[in-house]
Amino acid sequence: MSDEQAHSAEAATVMTAADIDRALTRIAHEIVEAHRGTDGLVILGIPRRGVPLARRLGEKLTAIDPGFDPVTALGALDITMYRDDLRTSGARTPEPTQLPAAGVDGTTVVLVDDVLYSGRTIRAALDALADCGRPQAVRLAVLVDRGHRELPIRADHVGKNLPTSRNERVTVRLAEIDGLPAEQEQVVIIR
Amino acid sequence: MKHLLATEGLAYDDALAILDTAEEMAAVSSREVKKLPTLRGRTVVNLFYEDSTRTRVSFEAAAKRLSADVVNFSAKGSSVSKGESLKDTVQTLDAMGADAIVIRHSASGSAAQLAASDWSEAAVVNAGDGAHEHPTQALLDALTLRRGWYSGHSATGSPRGTDLAGMKVLIVGDIVHSRVARSNVWLLRTLGAEVHFAAPATLLPYGVVSWPVIVHYSLDEALEAAPDAVMMLRVQAERMGGVFFPTAAEYTRRWGLTDERLARTQAMILHPGPMNRGVEISAAAADSPQAKILDQVAHGVAVRMAVLHLLLTGEH
Amino acid sequence: MSTTYLITGARPYGEDPQDVLIEGGRIAEIGPDIGHRAAPQLTDDAVIIDGSGLVLLPGMVDLHVHLREPGREDAETVETGSRAAAAGGFTAVHAMANSSPVADTAGVVEQVHRLGLDSGWTEVYPVGAITRGLGGTVLAELGAMADSSAQVRMFSDDGHCVNNAQLMRRALEYVKTIGGFVAQHAQDAHLTGWDTEHVAQMNEGKVSATLGLPGWPSVAEEAIIARDVLLADYTGARLHICHVSTAGSVEIIRWAKQRGIQVTAEVTPHHLMLTDDLVKSYNPVYKVNPPLRTEADTLALREALAEGIIDCVGTDHAPHPDQAKECEWAQAAMGMTGLETALPVVQHAMVETGLISWRRFAEITSVRPSDIYGHDHQGRPLAAGEPANLILVDPSVTTTVRPEDHATKGRNSPFRGLELPGQVRHTFLGGHQVLAQGELTSSRTGRTAR
Repeated sequence: MSDEQAHSAEAATVMTAADIDRALTRIAHEIVEAHRGTDGLVILGIPRRGVPLARRLGEKLTAIDPGFDPVTALGALDITMYRDDLRTSGARTPEPTQLPAAGVDGTTVVLVDDVLYSGRTIRAALDALADCGRPQAVRLAVLVDRGHRELPIRADHVGKNLPTSRNERVTVRLAEIDGLPAEQEQVVIIR
Repeated sequence: MKHLLATEGLAYDDALAILDTAEEMAAVSSREVKKLPTLRGRTVVNLFYEDSTRTRVSFEAAAKRLSADVVNFSAKGSSVSKGESLKDTVQTLDAMGADAIVIRHSASGSAAQLAASDWSEAAVVNAGDGAHEHPTQALLDALTLRRGWYSGHSATGSPRGTDLAGMKVLIVGDIVHSRVARSNVWLLRTLGAEVHFAAPATLLPYGVVSWPVIVHYSLDEALEAAPDAVMMLRVQAERMGGVFFPTAAEYTRRWGLTDERLARTQAMILHPGPMNRGVEISAAAADSPQAKILDQVAHGVAVRMAVLHLLLTGEH
Repeated sequence: MSTTYLITGARPYGEDPQDVLIEGGRIAEIGPDIGHRAAPQLTDDAVIIDGSGLVLLPGMVDLHVHLREPGREDAETVETGSRAAAAGGFTAVHAMANSSPVADTAGVVEQVHRLGLDSGWTEVYPVGAITRGLGGTVLAELGAMADSSAQVRMFSDDGHCVNNAQLMRRALEYVKTIGGFVAQHAQDAHLTGWDTEHVAQMNEGKVSATLGLPGWPSVAEEAIIARDVLLADYTGARLHICHVSTAGSVEIIRWAKQRGIQVTAEVTPHHLMLTDDLVKSYNPVYKVNPPLRTEADTLALREALAEGIIDCVGTDHAPHPDQAKECEWAQAAMGMTGLETALPVVQHAMVETGLISWRRFAEITSVRPSDIYGHDHQGRPLAAGEPANLILVDPSVTTTVRPEDHATKGRNSPFRGLELPGQVRHTFLGGHQVLAQGELTSSRTGRTAR
């Protein structure tokens, strides 16, 4: 959606840059607490916006536990080829999948995405992950949960629960993807 | 993109999308589960009017890695007089529910005709039509060239999104009969490479003067231009000797990548295969670390997966 | 008793309006105010045709058609080809010899001639083969064909070139002996990969290089024409060059004519208009022999036709069944239909470009081809006493070419879908109206088109 369209529609900021950062900090603490540390933990971002969010989570995890090494425990998991709407949505070029060199077998994988909605992306991610190895456990962290699930999927860690209606759009604007200054990052809801 | 018929006219963005997708497909080949569910329930027909086990197997592997059902239809020697027409065959395949038809044919233009016809709704992939084009071969060549070129030429440090701007590629040999050469010329030019030919005039198309290439009659002179890659084309010396050039030995002396010439170039060496060792390429050249010939084969599957994915997913 | 026709206000050669009275198969009178005088005296069964806005021309004469009969009646018959000729404004056509069996004996040419007479939509003159079976090795029974009831005067292996120079020399000499002429399909066999797996598929040049189709180089035509004009000079025989397609050929023919060599030449409508760019579609409807050439060639051919270096238009009407064109390019048959699009194409390429007048149009489509063959009743002046082989053309209408509406069996028109000017409205064959208001009526022998 272009800026022009965003302005013409009614857009409301529901999270500021500071809100996003605080949410990620809280999720990092939750992950460490739930996992009882960071040993055997792998953080995988789902392209595109899950990838920078995962990287930031990794930084926060290292801050909490210097034993967490982003080089070996951080990656990306592309789900393009596993989508269930390939016949109807436009063909896309897949984004890179980058897994830790040691693989994911026996690890606890935390999948990271920006918005949890129907749950179909996560379904695809679970299938993609299964083709890459056999983790001991898989968790899900999302910045925003906007509801309206179409599959039996729930997030373990949520930055913000955001009640929406189906005809609203939730957009996460991040510096790395959307090319804007860090302080202008935000989550907007467009009616 | 509905069909892939030629690299002539293939848009820069589409070419890069295929190469970038192929990079991710190549990664799948190194996983434990070398399969993607992308084309589950779709049918890919390999319609081969010409024997080419290598190309057919490559397309078959690509389709299967994407979970498509594959039907191989070998229809060698078909013509109106000698059996079922292309039209009838294609209509039959269409009735069987083909989503994509990969066609290999000795007649130039057969893939384009199929795509332009109302014989089938299927996406058409040209797997080589006469001396016209062989676009997936050129794409796998480009993927191979990019792997050897991106370092130092990529802003991101990865091959993704990188083109071949500034690269010098020399194509040597039987260009007039080569669909590989034709597909490479257009794709390499689209990707920004400079294309050189080295061949006797008998093996160059009469209209080559209108092509965006630099033509050398002497391979030695062409090598002096310091190409970054040399692509040797197969020469059927036994059939062509005495007709297009005097003898195989004379061809090798003038246009073969001999040990002596190998010593004078640092270029990557490509060959679409199958090779005639000792004719257009010496054994030492074929087996040298500069040779990327096996990489080309591996990249073939990745490129064909990328093409099938991009043609068969999305709304048309 | 033949019908009497009064055509009022038509413009002979596109010039000042005249009335024309046709009686007994001939032009009885032609002049500015015959209508007023003649009308009251006309009998009830006389037909009056309003010719205002129409151009009156001599019926066109085509030295080059393929009627496919005997042997390929699925592609065309003498009957359907004759209807196409009448609809296209041709009052005489010359049927090439590549039928099956080949027209290389008195028996076959008499059969074709008889089929033409029985049909009665146009005059059909069989062309005799030069060599037996078009094989290019031994002379056919040229004298027997000349002496037959078909009285063949034109001999051609069209579709095949007489490549053997010695045989060509003998053919020229022998045909001179019997008062005929040789029409050569100029195509060097070796330069065009004849009978090899790399047989030429299209003009050799920029487009063929890209498409990867074996090229048919212009020099393969020019080399044969150069050889043959020298042979015609040496033997003192008459030579006609079929379907000239290159600018280089024009220069050789110009040179030959300047030297006084007895050479004549024809060009097809498609070579005046279409170029090898069309082959990029790989649609076999554009596959023809000689192939479509470049734009420079079409322009040179137009100039040469206007100037008289090329004498006439010959359609090379070559109908094929659909399956011969609905296949791979390399396997498709060569040839295009042409009888029913000739006038619109020539009007478009020659008249509307200002290169020629309608008077010159009559020369290149009627007078010259009749002279070349030696007809005494076709290609005649529009004057009282002359045989009424006439057409009335509406040059102002534009129509979209629809091969499905054509009288020929062939649907392989390269002009499909194009909007072209000019329409043949009426055709008179020896005073009998075979085409009225653009619709076939009945043939001279009483046949109807349905």
